[in-house]
Amino acid sequence: MNLVFHGKKIEGLLAILPANERLFVDEMDQFDFPRARSLKLKEVMGYDRHRIVDGAVCVSDLAVAGFEHLFAQGLLGRDDFDALILVTQSPDYLMPATSSVIQGRLGLKHDMFCMDINQGCAGFLIGLYQAFMLLEQPAIRRVALVNADVMSRKVSVRDRNSYPLIGDAASITLICRGEKDTPIHANLKMDGSRREALMIPAGGLREPSSPETRIPHADDEGNLRARDNLVMDGSAVFNFVQTEVPPMIDALLAAAQTNAAAVDAYLFHQPNRFMLQKLADKMQVPYAKMPSNVVEHFGNSSGVTIPLALTLNLRERVLGETLTTVLGGFGVGLTWSSMLLPLGPLAFCDMINYPQVS
Amino acid sequence: MKSILDILSGIRPEFDFSTSQNYLADGMLDSFDVIALVSDLDREFGIRIEGTEILPENFCNLQAIRNLLGKHGVAA
Repeated sequence: MNLVFHGKKIEGLLAILPANERLFVDEMDQFDFPRARSLKLKEVMGYDRHRIVDGAVCVSDLAVAGFEHLFAQGLLGRDDFDALILVTQSPDYLMPATSSVIQGRLGLKHDMFCMDINQGCAGFLIGLYQAFMLLEQPAIRRVALVNADVMSRKVSVRDRNSYPLIGDAASITLICRGEKDTPIHANLKMDGSRREALMIPAGGLREPSSPETRIPHADDEGNLRARDNLVMDGSAVFNFVQTEVPPMIDALLAAAQTNAAAVDAYLFHQPNRFMLQKLADKMQVPYAKMPSNVVEHFGNSSGVTIPLALTLNLRERVLGETLTTVLGGFGVGLTWSSMLLPLGPLAFCDMINYPQVS
Repeated sequence: MKSILDILSGIRPEFDFSTSQNYLADGMLDSFDVIALVSDLDREFGIRIEGTEILPENFCNLQAIRNLLGKHGVAA
């Protein structure tokens, strides 16, 4: 479906990264593959290092640290936002919603709309859509969108398909009404018939976690994982992305009556460098316009890779000017979505570590 | 210039790729090996195999790989 929003803008963005950084070369021996093959994978996919939470750190811990930073720096007042949206696949609890946990831990006002959205790699766009819709209400002046995941806690450390690329992170994006009425065009598709391509089979109510679901088994390629762990059909996901994303972007630009030459940057979700570069090739987009370096620096943190791509690659530019960006998200659901978004000048576009070293 | 068999042997030196008719079914290449193979073929022959061409049937044996390269103007 095609979507159009008016009079909304992103004001500022903060990314929160676990301080704990692990190197792929130090982890290769935990996989049942020869080092030479893992090194080849490192070269092709861009695996180098990733940020992983230490111990039992939860999504709300990262989010609370981010908000406290914004409050302390005077970038946001405690009473200056009226909705808190959290997009995550790794909530603190099945219930209550982790957005309510964050609200309570921060001691925020009661006149606040809190909601969780269960989404992954398209989660930054899904969260923005929800924020734009909430801002149609006069009572809601500003929305804080939190994207956060600690998926390392649900991925087997012996799964070479997923563990090397996974990263933990959070971001807080402030969204408000804009002075200009530049339309924001977007599109969105979902296909639940392909839901098993990315899945954690056990741990919900359909298949509760049990001693049996925690036993790791080897797959056809020698990866060890349990049913409590994330399982990804890498080939199916790769094919899905390469098939669905290029026509989606073409449709977006056509609906907005613009073209690729008018786009300053493509900020896409980043599963790995190889997949992004194949997309860029197909779309005939120069690599310089489509950053693909998030996984090699931080890992794939689901809905946080787009905020990280922005802070890592375009910080100075979005602080000083307005860029025409195309955002693209694709993943669990399956879900795929894109947005043509005028971005900047932002009030802030920063990155902090968790925990912060004072 | 390396041959296709040279490239395959560079990825999985423990196998003889000249005889198998289905590298994937015979366990000689897994999904990540295919990605490594695409990367090497792109670089060696100066082509850009498209993401939508990364399908098992295009990499299951020597002839299939030759056919794919042929679509990119490479006779190997």
